Amino acid sequence: MRTDTPRQWSERARAWGLLLPALLWTAAFFLAPLVIMGLYSLWRRSGARLVTDFSLNNYQAFFAKGFLVESLVNSIEVTLIVTLVSVLLAYPLATILAERVPPRWQRLALVLAILPFWTSYVVRSYSWLLVLSEGGILSNFLLDLGLTAEPVSFANNRGATVVGFVHFFVMLLTLTIYANLKQLSPSYRKAAADLGAGPLRTFWHVTLPLTLPGIMVGAFLTFVLCIGDYITPQILGGNKELLLPQAIMLQIARRSDFPMASALAMILMAVVSLVYLACARWLKIDRV
Amino acid sequence: MARSFITALRALPVWLYVVLLYGFIFLPVGVLVLFSFQESRLPIPPFNGPSLRWYEAVFADARLMAALGNSIAVALTSSLAAVVLGFLAAYSLARHRLPGAALLQGFLTAPLTVSYLIIAMGLLITFNQLGVPKSLLTVGIGHVVINLPLCFAILYSQMGAHQANIERAARDLGAREWQVLGLVTVPMLWPALFASFFLSVTFSWDEFIIAFMVSRFDVTLPVEIWSMLRTGLNPKTNAIGSFVFLISIATVLVLDLVVFRSRKA
Repeated sequence: MRTDTPRQWSERARAWGLLLPALLWTAAFFLAPLVIMGLYSLWRRSGARLVTDFSLNNYQAFFAKGFLVESLVNSIEVTLIVTLVSVLLAYPLATILAERVPPRWQRLALVLAILPFWTSYVVRSYSWLLVLSEGGILSNFLLDLGLTAEPVSFANNRGATVVGFVHFFVMLLTLTIYANLKQLSPSYRKAAADLGAGPLRTFWHVTLPLTLPGIMVGAFLTFVLCIGDYITPQILGGNKELLLPQAIMLQIARRSDFPMASALAMILMAVVSLVYLACARWLKIDRV
Repeated sequence: MARSFITALRALPVWLYVVLLYGFIFLPVGVLVLFSFQESRLPIPPFNGPSLRWYEAVFADARLMAALGNSIAVALTSSLAAVVLGFLAAYSLARHRLPGAALLQGFLTAPLTVSYLIIAMGLLITFNQLGVPKSLLTVGIGHVVINLPLCFAILYSQMGAHQANIERAARDLGAREWQVLGLVTVPMLWPALFASFFLSVTFSWDEFIIAFMVSRFDVTLPVEIWSMLRTGLNPKTNAIGSFVFLISIATVLVLDLVVFRSRKA
Protein backbone atom coordinates (compact mmCIF):
# COMPACT_ATOMS: atom_id res chain seq x y z
CA MET A 1 0.00 0.00 0.00
CA ARG A 2 1.43 3.27 -1.09
CA THR A 3 0.57 6.47 0.66
CA ASP A 4 0.99 9.72 -1.20
CA THR A 5 2.59 12.63 0.52
CA PRO A 6 0.93 16.04 0.02
CA ARG A 7 3.76 16.97 -2.31
CA GLN A 8 3.14 13.97 -4.55
CA TRP A 9 -0.53 14.86 -4.44
CA SER A 10 -0.02 18.38 -5.68
CA GLU A 11 2.36 17.18 -8.35
CA ARG A 12 -0.15 14.72 -9.66
CA ALA A 13 -2.85 17.36 -9.65
CA ARG A 14 -0.55 19.60 -11.66
CA ALA A 15 0.10 16.81 -14.19
CA TRP A 16 -3.61 16.32 -14.71
CA GLY A 17 -4.07 20.06 -14.99
CA LEU A 18 -1.56 20.23 -17.84
CA LEU A 19 -3.10 17.24 -19.58
CA LEU A 20 -6.71 18.29 -19.17
CA PRO A 21 -7.03 20.90 -21.96
CA ALA A 22 -5.89 18.43 -24.63
CA LEU A 23 -8.05 15.65 -23.21
CA LEU A 24 -11.13 17.85 -23.06
CA TRP A 25 -10.57 19.12 -26.59
CA THR A 26 -10.23 15.60 -27.99
CA ALA A 27 -13.23 14.40 -25.99
CA ALA A 28 -15.45 17.32 -27.00
CA PHE A 29 -14.52 17.70 -30.68
CA PHE A 30 -13.42 14.20 -31.64
CA LEU A 31 -14.94 11.53 -29.41
CA ALA A 32 -18.32 13.16 -28.76
CA PRO A 33 -18.95 13.89 -32.47
CA LEU A 34 -18.15 10.26 -33.32
CA VAL A 35 -20.60 9.05 -30.67
CA ILE A 36 -23.26 11.47 -31.90
CA MET A 37 -22.64 10.28 -35.45
CA GLY A 38 -23.04 6.69 -34.28
CA LEU A 39 -26.38 7.59 -32.70
CA TYR A 40 -27.51 9.42 -35.83
CA SER A 41 -26.79 6.34 -37.91
CA LEU A 42 -29.41 4.49 -35.83
CA TRP A 43 -32.01 7.24 -36.21
CA ARG A 44 -33.86 8.19 -39.34
CA ARG A 45 -35.05 11.20 -41.19
CA SER A 46 -38.72 11.76 -41.87
CA GLY A 47 -39.31 14.73 -44.11
CA ALA A 48 -37.20 17.47 -42.57
CA ARG A 49 -37.58 16.00 -39.11
CA LEU A 50 -35.24 13.71 -37.24
CA VAL A 51 -36.92 10.67 -35.72
CA THR A 52 -34.94 9.41 -32.74
CA ASP A 53 -36.10 5.83 -32.45
CA PHE A 54 -33.32 3.29 -32.67
CA SER A 55 -33.21 0.87 -35.58
CA LEU A 56 -30.82 -0.60 -38.10
CA ASN A 57 -32.92 0.72 -41.00
CA ASN A 58 -30.09 2.78 -42.48
CA TYR A 59 -27.75 -0.19 -42.53
CA GLN A 60 -30.45 -2.36 -44.07
CA ALA A 61 -31.09 0.33 -46.66
CA PHE A 62 -27.38 0.36 -47.44
CA PHE A 63 -27.36 -3.32 -48.32
CA ALA A 64 -30.70 -3.07 -50.12
CA LYS A 65 -29.59 -0.24 -52.41
CA GLY A 66 -27.36 -1.54 -55.14
CA PHE A 67 -25.60 1.73 -55.86
CA LEU A 68 -24.52 2.17 -52.24
CA VAL A 69 -23.03 -1.31 -51.93
CA GLU A 70 -21.43 -0.73 -55.31
CA SER A 71 -19.83 2.50 -54.09
CA LEU A 72 -18.20 0.55 -51.24
CA VAL A 73 -16.98 -2.15 -53.63
CA ASN A 74 -15.66 0.53 -56.02
CA SER A 75 -13.87 2.26 -53.17
CA ILE A 76 -12.19 -0.93 -52.00
CA GLU A 77 -11.17 -1.87 -55.55
CA VAL A 78 -9.74 1.55 -56.35
CA THR A 79 -7.91 1.71 -53.02
CA LEU A 80 -6.37 -1.74 -53.45
CA ILE A 81 -5.23 -0.94 -57.00
CA VAL A 82 -3.80 2.41 -55.90
CA THR A 83 -1.97 0.92 -52.90
CA LEU A 84 -0.47 -1.91 -54.94
CA VAL A 85 0.61 0.24 -57.90
CA SER A 86 2.02 2.94 -55.63
CA VAL A 87 4.14 0.47 -53.64
CA LEU A 88 5.39 -1.21 -56.83
CA LEU A 89 6.39 2.14 -58.35
CA ALA A 90 7.83 3.70 -55.20
CA TYR A 91 9.94 0.81 -53.93
CA PRO A 92 12.39 0.77 -56.87
CA LEU A 93 12.65 4.56 -56.79
CA ALA A 94 13.37 4.58 -53.06
CA THR A 95 15.95 1.81 -53.54
CA ILE A 96 17.70 3.70 -56.34
CA LEU A 97 17.70 6.89 -54.27
CA ALA A 98 19.12 5.11 -51.24
CA GLU A 99 21.70 2.94 -53.00
CA ARG A 100 22.59 4.21 -56.46
CA VAL A 101 22.50 7.99 -56.02
CA PRO A 102 25.71 9.42 -54.53
CA PRO A 103 25.10 10.30 -50.85
CA ARG A 104 25.61 14.03 -51.22
CA TRP A 105 22.93 14.21 -53.95
CA GLN A 106 20.43 12.02 -52.12
CA ARG A 107 18.88 14.79 -50.07
CA LEU A 108 18.33 16.98 -53.12
CA ALA A 109 16.98 14.04 -55.16
CA LEU A 110 14.53 13.17 -52.39
CA VAL A 111 13.38 16.77 -51.92
CA LEU A 112 12.78 16.99 -55.68
CA ALA A 113 10.91 13.68 -55.74
CA ILE A 114 8.38 14.94 -53.21
CA LEU A 115 8.27 18.60 -54.25
CA PRO A 116 4.83 18.41 -55.91
CA PHE A 117 3.61 16.96 -52.61
CA TRP A 118 3.33 20.58 -51.51
CA THR A 119 0.87 21.61 -54.16
CA SER A 120 -2.55 22.15 -52.68
CA TYR A 121 -4.67 19.05 -52.47
CA VAL A 122 -7.51 20.46 -54.60
CA VAL A 123 -5.08 21.97 -57.10
CA ARG A 124 -3.23 18.67 -57.56
CA SER A 125 -6.33 16.93 -58.91
CA TYR A 126 -7.12 19.95 -61.08
CA SER A 127 -3.59 19.76 -62.51
CA TRP A 128 -4.22 16.19 -63.62
CA LEU A 129 -7.37 17.42 -65.29
CA LEU A 130 -5.15 19.76 -67.35
CA VAL A 131 -3.15 16.73 -68.48
CA LEU A 132 -5.94 14.22 -69.01
CA SER A 133 -8.96 16.15 -70.26
CA GLU A 134 -10.03 16.59 -73.87
CA GLY A 135 -7.61 18.91 -75.65
CA GLY A 136 -5.18 18.61 -72.71
CA ILE A 137 -1.49 17.82 -72.81
CA LEU A 138 -1.82 14.07 -73.29
CA SER A 139 -4.47 14.36 -75.99
CA ASN A 140 -2.38 17.00 -77.76
CA PHE A 141 0.72 14.84 -77.54
CA LEU A 142 -1.09 11.89 -79.13
CA LEU A 143 -2.46 14.16 -81.86
CA ASP A 144 1.04 15.38 -82.65
CA LEU A 145 2.28 11.82 -82.86
CA GLY A 146 -0.60 11.06 -85.19
CA LEU A 147 -1.89 8.31 -82.92
CA THR A 148 -5.35 9.84 -82.85
CA ALA A 149 -7.16 12.03 -85.34
CA GLU A 150 -9.51 13.65 -82.81
CA PRO A 151 -8.84 15.12 -79.35
CA VAL A 152 -9.48 12.44 -76.74
CA SER A 153 -10.39 12.65 -73.08
CA PHE A 154 -8.80 10.49 -70.43
CA ALA A 155 -10.62 12.17 -67.55
CA ASN A 156 -13.93 11.32 -65.87
CA ASN A 157 -13.27 7.64 -65.34
CA ARG A 158 -11.73 5.27 -62.86
CA GLY A 159 -8.34 5.36 -64.59
CA ALA A 160 -8.06 9.12 -64.04
CA THR A 161 -8.90 8.72 -60.35
CA VAL A 162 -6.25 6.02 -60.00
CA VAL A 163 -3.62 8.16 -61.75
CA GLY A 164 -4.38 11.12 -59.47
CA PHE A 165 -4.13 8.96 -56.36
CA VAL A 166 -1.00 7.07 -57.47
CA HIS A 167 0.77 10.37 -58.17
CA PHE A 168 0.28 11.47 -54.58
CA PHE A 169 1.01 8.16 -52.90
CA VAL A 170 4.14 7.37 -54.93
CA MET A 171 5.66 10.49 -53.36
CA LEU A 172 4.49 9.56 -49.87
CA LEU A 173 5.69 5.96 -50.15
CA THR A 174 9.03 6.91 -51.68
CA LEU A 175 9.63 9.00 -48.59
CA THR A 176 8.63 6.31 -46.06
CA ILE A 177 10.41 3.45 -47.85
CA TYR A 178 13.55 5.55 -48.37
CA ALA A 179 13.64 6.37 -44.64
CA ASN A 180 13.25 2.68 -43.89
CA LEU A 181 16.05 1.64 -46.28
CA LYS A 182 18.43 4.21 -44.82
CA GLN A 183 17.89 2.80 -41.34
CA LEU A 184 19.11 -0.62 -42.49
CA SER A 185 22.71 -1.26 -41.73
CA PRO A 186 24.54 -2.16 -44.97
CA SER A 187 26.37 -4.90 -43.06
CA TYR A 188 23.33 -7.21 -43.40
CA ARG A 189 23.57 -7.10 -47.15
CA LYS A 190 27.36 -7.40 -47.07
CA ALA A 191 27.05 -10.44 -44.83
CA ALA A 192 24.56 -12.00 -47.25
CA ALA A 193 26.89 -11.31 -50.16
CA ASP A 194 29.88 -12.73 -48.25
CA LEU A 195 27.91 -15.87 -47.61
CA GLY A 196 27.40 -16.24 -51.35
CA ALA A 197 23.92 -14.84 -51.94
CA GLY A 198 23.37 -13.12 -55.27
CA PRO A 199 21.73 -9.68 -55.46
CA LEU A 200 18.30 -11.20 -56.08
CA ARG A 201 18.55 -13.62 -53.17
CA THR A 202 19.89 -10.91 -50.89
CA PHE A 203 16.94 -8.73 -51.81
CA TRP A 204 14.37 -11.49 -51.35
CA HIS A 205 15.70 -12.94 -48.09
CA VAL A 206 17.34 -9.95 -46.43
CA THR A 207 16.35 -6.49 -47.68
CA LEU A 208 12.67 -7.12 -48.38
CA PRO A 209 11.84 -8.77 -45.02
CA LEU A 210 13.69 -6.02 -43.19
CA THR A 211 11.84 -3.25 -45.01
CA LEU A 212 8.45 -4.95 -44.82
CA PRO A 213 7.34 -3.07 -41.66
CA GLY A 214 8.06 0.24 -43.38
CA ILE A 215 6.20 -0.84 -46.50
CA MET A 216 3.23 -1.98 -44.44
CA VAL A 217 3.03 1.31 -42.54
CA GLY A 218 3.18 3.23 -45.82
CA ALA A 219 0.63 0.94 -47.46
CA PHE A 220 -1.73 1.25 -44.51
CA LEU A 221 -1.42 5.03 -44.58
CA THR A 222 -2.13 4.94 -48.33
CA PHE A 223 -5.19 2.75 -47.76
CA VAL A 224 -6.65 4.98 -45.04
CA LEU A 225 -6.02 8.28 -46.85
CA CYS A 226 -7.19 6.91 -50.20
CA ILE A 227 -10.44 5.26 -49.13
CA GLY A 228 -11.58 8.38 -47.24
CA ASP A 229 -10.80 10.86 -49.99
CA TYR A 230 -13.59 12.79 -51.67
CA ILE A 231 -11.70 15.32 -53.81
CA THR A 232 -9.72 13.12 -56.18
CA PRO A 233 -12.60 10.91 -57.37
CA GLN A 234 -14.95 13.90 -57.48
CA ILE A 235 -12.65 15.98 -59.70
CA LEU A 236 -11.04 13.27 -61.82
CA GLY A 237 -13.49 10.38 -61.73
CA GLY A 238 -16.63 12.29 -62.59
CA ASN A 239 -20.05 11.03 -61.59
CA LYS A 240 -20.29 7.91 -63.72
CA GLU A 241 -18.95 5.72 -60.96
CA LEU A 242 -19.37 6.65 -57.29
CA LEU A 243 -16.89 5.96 -54.54
CA LEU A 244 -18.06 5.74 -50.93
CA PRO A 245 -16.98 9.29 -49.89
CA GLN A 246 -18.88 10.65 -52.90
CA ALA A 247 -21.95 8.66 -51.84
CA ILE A 248 -21.64 10.13 -48.33
CA MET A 249 -21.41 13.67 -49.67
CA LEU A 250 -24.41 13.05 -51.92
CA GLN A 251 -26.52 12.07 -48.89
CA ILE A 252 -25.55 15.32 -47.22
CA ALA A 253 -25.59 17.80 -50.08
CA ARG A 254 -28.52 16.59 -52.18
CA ARG A 255 -30.76 14.95 -49.64
CA SER A 256 -29.66 16.40 -46.25
CA ASP A 257 -30.00 12.84 -44.98
CA PHE A 258 -27.62 12.97 -42.04
CA PRO A 259 -28.69 9.61 -40.55
CA MET A 260 -27.95 7.79 -43.81
CA ALA A 261 -24.68 9.70 -44.30
CA SER A 262 -23.72 8.76 -40.72
CA ALA A 263 -24.42 5.09 -41.38
CA LEU A 264 -22.21 5.23 -44.50
CA ALA A 265 -19.46 6.95 -42.50
CA MET A 266 -19.69 4.26 -39.83
CA ILE A 267 -19.34 1.61 -42.54
CA LEU A 268 -16.28 3.42 -43.89
CA MET A 269 -14.81 3.50 -40.39
CA ALA A 270 -15.55 -0.20 -39.91
CA VAL A 271 -13.70 -1.06 -43.15
CA VAL A 272 -10.64 0.94 -42.07
CA SER A 273 -10.71 -0.69 -38.61
CA LEU A 274 -10.89 -4.16 -40.15
CA VAL A 275 -7.90 -3.40 -42.37
CA TYR A 276 -6.06 -2.04 -39.35
CA LEU A 277 -6.71 -5.22 -37.37
CA ALA A 278 -5.70 -7.35 -40.34
CA CYS A 279 -2.28 -5.71 -40.60
CA ALA A 280 -1.84 -4.73 -36.95
CA ARG A 281 0.99 -7.18 -36.44
CA TRP A 282 3.11 -5.35 -39.02
CA LEU A 283 2.05 -1.92 -37.84
CA LYS A 284 4.20 -1.15 -34.89
CA ILE A 285 3.75 2.50 -35.62
CA ASP A 286 5.54 3.76 -32.52
CA ARG A 287 8.65 1.87 -33.59
CA VAL A 288 8.98 3.44 -37.03
CA MET B 1 36.64 0.28 -71.76
CA ALA B 2 34.21 -2.36 -73.00
CA ARG B 3 33.53 -3.35 -69.44
CA SER B 4 32.62 0.13 -68.29
CA PHE B 5 30.41 0.43 -71.35
CA ILE B 6 28.56 -2.71 -70.36
CA THR B 7 28.17 -1.42 -66.78
CA ALA B 8 26.76 1.81 -68.13
CA LEU B 9 24.41 -0.10 -70.39
CA ARG B 10 23.18 -2.19 -67.50
CA ALA B 11 22.52 0.93 -65.47
CA LEU B 12 20.49 2.43 -68.32
CA PRO B 13 17.10 0.90 -67.37
CA VAL B 14 17.62 2.15 -63.84
CA TRP B 15 18.10 5.76 -64.88
CA LEU B 16 15.37 5.50 -67.49
CA TYR B 17 13.03 4.43 -64.69
CA VAL B 18 14.10 7.39 -62.56
CA VAL B 19 13.60 9.85 -65.41
CA LEU B 20 10.16 8.46 -66.25
CA LEU B 21 8.98 8.50 -62.64
CA TYR B 22 10.26 12.03 -62.03
CA GLY B 23 8.51 12.99 -65.26
CA PHE B 24 5.28 11.49 -63.96
CA ILE B 25 5.68 13.28 -60.63
CA PHE B 26 6.41 16.66 -62.20
CA LEU B 27 4.10 16.54 -65.23
CA PRO B 28 0.94 17.96 -63.60
CA VAL B 29 2.78 20.64 -61.62
CA GLY B 30 4.76 21.69 -64.69
CA VAL B 31 1.59 21.99 -66.74
CA LEU B 32 -0.13 23.89 -63.93
CA VAL B 33 2.63 26.49 -63.64
CA LEU B 34 3.31 26.80 -67.38
CA PHE B 35 -0.31 27.46 -68.31
CA SER B 36 -0.76 29.94 -65.46
CA PHE B 37 1.19 32.22 -67.84
CA GLN B 38 -1.20 31.50 -70.72
CA GLU B 39 -2.44 34.49 -72.69
CA SER B 40 -5.74 33.06 -73.93
CA ARG B 41 -8.74 31.84 -71.97
CA LEU B 42 -8.00 28.11 -71.98
CA PRO B 43 -5.06 26.49 -70.15
CA ILE B 44 -4.50 23.88 -72.86
CA PRO B 45 -1.98 23.70 -75.72
CA PRO B 46 -0.85 25.60 -77.67
CA PHE B 47 0.89 27.80 -75.12
CA ASN B 48 0.67 31.44 -76.21
CA GLY B 49 2.15 33.34 -73.28
CA PRO B 50 3.90 34.35 -71.25
CA SER B 51 1.38 36.72 -69.79
CA LEU B 52 0.68 37.83 -66.25
CA ARG B 53 -2.97 38.69 -66.85
CA TRP B 54 -4.31 35.74 -64.81
CA TYR B 55 -2.15 36.62 -61.85
CA GLU B 56 -3.53 40.16 -62.08
CA ALA B 57 -7.02 38.66 -62.18
CA VAL B 58 -6.24 36.61 -59.06
CA PHE B 59 -4.98 39.57 -57.06
CA ALA B 60 -7.93 41.70 -58.19
CA ASP B 61 -10.40 39.04 -57.06
CA ALA B 62 -11.77 40.19 -53.68
CA ARG B 63 -13.28 36.79 -52.82
CA LEU B 64 -10.02 34.96 -53.44
CA MET B 65 -8.01 37.48 -51.44
CA ALA B 66 -10.50 37.26 -48.56
CA ALA B 67 -10.22 33.46 -48.66
CA LEU B 68 -6.43 33.76 -48.64
CA GLY B 69 -6.60 35.95 -45.53
CA ASN B 70 -9.04 33.52 -43.88
CA SER B 71 -6.75 30.59 -44.63
CA ILE B 72 -3.75 32.32 -43.10
CA ALA B 73 -5.72 33.36 -40.00
CA VAL B 74 -7.19 29.89 -39.45
CA ALA B 75 -3.84 28.17 -40.06
CA LEU B 76 -1.90 30.37 -37.64
CA THR B 77 -4.41 30.41 -34.77
CA SER B 78 -5.42 26.74 -34.97
CA SER B 79 -1.75 25.67 -35.19
CA LEU B 80 -0.84 27.80 -32.21
CA ALA B 81 -3.66 26.24 -30.19
CA ALA B 82 -2.64 22.73 -31.31
CA VAL B 83 1.00 23.31 -30.35
CA VAL B 84 0.13 24.74 -26.91
CA LEU B 85 -2.34 21.94 -26.07
CA GLY B 86 0.00 19.31 -27.48
CA PHE B 87 2.99 20.67 -25.60
CA LEU B 88 1.23 20.79 -22.23
CA ALA B 89 -0.10 17.26 -22.68
CA ALA B 90 3.29 15.92 -23.84
CA TYR B 91 5.04 17.60 -20.90
CA SER B 92 2.53 16.16 -18.47
CA LEU B 93 2.81 12.61 -19.81
CA ALA B 94 6.58 12.67 -20.28
CA ARG B 95 7.40 14.07 -16.84
CA HIS B 96 4.82 12.51 -14.55
CA ARG B 97 3.77 8.97 -13.97
CA LEU B 98 0.04 8.96 -14.42
CA PRO B 99 -2.19 5.91 -14.11
CA GLY B 100 -3.29 4.71 -17.55
CA ALA B 101 -0.64 6.77 -19.34
CA ALA B 102 -0.57 4.44 -22.37
CA LEU B 103 -4.34 4.67 -22.69
CA LEU B 104 -4.25 8.48 -22.48
CA GLN B 105 -1.56 8.57 -25.15
CA GLY B 106 -3.65 6.32 -27.38
CA PHE B 107 -6.68 8.52 -26.85
CA LEU B 108 -4.80 11.72 -27.74
CA THR B 109 -3.35 10.22 -30.95
CA ALA B 110 -6.57 8.44 -31.99
CA PRO B 111 -7.71 11.18 -34.43
CA LEU B 112 -4.69 10.32 -36.62
CA THR B 113 -6.32 7.02 -37.55
CA VAL B 114 -9.69 8.43 -38.61
CA SER B 115 -10.41 9.88 -42.06
CA TYR B 116 -10.79 13.66 -42.20
CA LEU B 117 -14.12 13.06 -43.91
CA ILE B 118 -15.45 11.26 -40.84
CA ILE B 119 -14.09 13.89 -38.44
CA ALA B 120 -15.72 16.55 -40.63
CA MET B 121 -19.06 14.77 -40.65
CA GLY B 122 -19.04 14.25 -36.90
CA LEU B 123 -18.34 17.94 -36.34
CA LEU B 124 -20.98 19.01 -38.85
CA ILE B 125 -23.67 16.90 -37.21
CA THR B 126 -22.64 17.97 -33.71
CA PHE B 127 -22.58 21.69 -34.54
CA ASN B 128 -25.94 21.34 -36.32
CA GLN B 129 -27.45 19.54 -33.36
CA LEU B 130 -26.18 22.14 -30.89
CA GLY B 131 -27.16 25.03 -33.14
CA VAL B 132 -23.59 26.32 -33.43
CA PRO B 133 -23.38 28.41 -36.62
CA LYS B 134 -20.85 27.26 -39.21
CA SER B 135 -17.97 29.73 -39.43
CA LEU B 136 -14.21 30.08 -39.56
CA LEU B 137 -14.20 29.39 -35.82
CA THR B 138 -15.69 25.93 -36.35
CA VAL B 139 -13.15 25.31 -39.13
CA GLY B 140 -10.38 26.24 -36.72
CA ILE B 141 -11.78 23.90 -34.07
CA GLY B 142 -11.68 21.07 -36.61
CA HIS B 143 -8.10 21.89 -37.59
CA VAL B 144 -6.99 21.75 -33.95
CA VAL B 145 -8.58 18.29 -33.75
CA ILE B 146 -6.44 16.99 -36.64
CA ASN B 147 -3.22 18.80 -35.65
CA LEU B 148 -3.24 18.27 -31.88
CA PRO B 149 -2.33 14.56 -32.08
CA LEU B 150 0.48 15.37 -34.51
CA CYS B 151 1.96 18.08 -32.26
CA PHE B 152 1.57 15.86 -29.21
CA ALA B 153 3.33 12.91 -30.87
CA ILE B 154 6.23 15.02 -32.17
CA LEU B 155 6.79 16.85 -28.89
CA TYR B 156 6.37 13.75 -26.75
CA SER B 157 9.01 11.90 -28.78
CA GLN B 158 11.44 14.79 -28.27
CA MET B 159 11.18 14.96 -24.48
CA GLY B 160 14.14 12.84 -23.43
CA ALA B 161 15.74 12.04 -20.10
CA HIS B 162 18.61 14.53 -20.34
CA GLN B 163 16.12 17.39 -20.57
CA ALA B 164 14.34 16.04 -17.50
CA ASN B 165 17.66 16.25 -15.65
CA ILE B 166 18.16 19.88 -16.63
CA GLU B 167 14.61 20.64 -15.52
CA ARG B 168 15.31 18.95 -12.20
CA ALA B 169 18.45 21.03 -11.78
CA ALA B 170 16.42 24.19 -12.39
CA ARG B 171 13.87 23.07 -9.81
CA ASP B 172 16.61 22.31 -7.28
CA LEU B 173 17.96 25.81 -7.83
CA GLY B 174 14.59 27.18 -6.80
CA ALA B 175 12.76 27.71 -10.10
CA ARG B 176 8.99 27.52 -9.90
CA GLU B 177 7.11 25.18 -12.21
CA TRP B 178 6.06 27.88 -14.69
CA GLN B 179 9.66 29.14 -14.75
CA VAL B 180 10.92 25.64 -15.53
CA LEU B 181 8.41 25.35 -18.37
CA GLY B 182 8.95 28.80 -19.83
CA LEU B 183 12.68 29.30 -19.25
CA VAL B 184 14.04 25.75 -19.53
CA THR B 185 11.73 23.31 -21.33
CA VAL B 186 10.43 25.58 -24.09
CA PRO B 187 13.88 26.94 -25.10
CA MET B 188 15.31 23.41 -25.13
CA LEU B 189 12.49 22.10 -27.29
CA TRP B 190 12.07 25.03 -29.60
CA PRO B 191 13.14 23.26 -32.81
CA ALA B 192 10.48 20.60 -32.19
CA LEU B 193 7.94 23.26 -31.23
CA PHE B 194 8.72 25.20 -34.38
CA ALA B 195 8.56 22.07 -36.54
CA SER B 196 5.20 20.97 -35.15
CA PHE B 197 3.83 24.49 -35.55
CA PHE B 198 4.89 24.73 -39.19
CA LEU B 199 3.71 21.21 -39.98
CA SER B 200 0.32 22.11 -38.50
CA VAL B 201 0.25 25.30 -40.56
CA THR B 202 0.86 23.39 -43.80
CA PHE B 203 -1.81 20.79 -42.89
CA SER B 204 -4.38 23.42 -41.99
CA TRP B 205 -3.50 25.54 -45.02
CA ASP B 206 -4.19 22.61 -47.35
CA GLU B 207 -7.12 21.01 -45.56
CA PHE B 208 -10.29 20.86 -47.63
CA ILE B 209 -13.04 18.56 -46.40
CA ILE B 210 -13.41 19.89 -42.84
CA ALA B 211 -13.20 23.48 -44.05
CA PHE B 212 -15.77 22.69 -46.75
CA MET B 213 -18.28 21.06 -44.43
CA VAL B 214 -18.19 23.32 -41.37
CA SER B 215 -17.86 26.73 -43.03
CA ARG B 216 -20.55 28.82 -44.63
CA PHE B 217 -20.07 32.41 -45.81
CA ASP B 218 -16.42 32.99 -45.01
CA VAL B 219 -14.39 30.19 -46.53
CA THR B 220 -10.74 29.19 -46.70
CA LEU B 221 -8.69 29.17 -49.89
CA PRO B 222 -9.03 25.46 -50.82
CA VAL B 223 -12.82 25.80 -50.58
CA GLU B 224 -12.80 28.94 -52.73
CA ILE B 225 -10.58 27.19 -55.30
CA TRP B 226 -12.99 24.26 -55.25
CA SER B 227 -15.87 26.54 -56.17
CA MET B 228 -13.76 28.01 -58.99
CA LEU B 229 -13.46 24.52 -60.49
CA ARG B 230 -17.13 24.64 -61.44
CA THR B 231 -16.22 26.93 -64.32
CA GLY B 232 -14.03 24.17 -65.79
CA LEU B 233 -10.46 24.64 -66.95
CA ASN B 234 -9.39 28.22 -66.42
CA PRO B 235 -5.91 29.83 -66.39
CA LYS B 236 -6.97 31.82 -63.34
CA THR B 237 -7.23 28.56 -61.39
CA ASN B 238 -3.72 27.74 -62.64
CA ALA B 239 -2.49 31.10 -61.39
CA ILE B 240 -3.93 30.77 -57.88
CA GLY B 241 -2.79 27.13 -57.75
CA SER B 242 0.79 28.10 -58.68
CA PHE B 243 0.70 30.90 -56.13
CA VAL B 244 -0.41 28.52 -53.36
CA PHE B 245 2.34 26.09 -54.40
CA LEU B 246 4.89 28.91 -54.13
CA ILE B 247 3.73 29.79 -50.60
CA SER B 248 3.87 26.15 -49.48
CA ILE B 249 7.38 25.70 -50.86
CA ALA B 250 8.49 28.90 -49.12
CA THR B 251 7.03 27.64 -45.83
CA VAL B 252 8.83 24.32 -46.15
CA LEU B 253 12.10 26.10 -46.99
CA VAL B 254 11.79 28.29 -43.89
CA LEU B 255 11.11 25.21 -41.78
CA ASP B 256 14.11 23.43 -43.27
CA LEU B 257 16.45 26.39 -42.85
CA VAL B 258 15.41 27.31 -39.32
CA VAL B 259 14.97 23.87 -37.77
CA PHE B 260 17.26 21.44 -39.51
CA ARG B 261 20.16 23.71 -40.36
CA SER B 262 20.28 25.22 -36.89
CA ARG B 263 20.29 21.77 -35.36
CA LYS B 264 23.35 20.79 -37.38
CA ALA B 265 25.21 24.00 -36.62
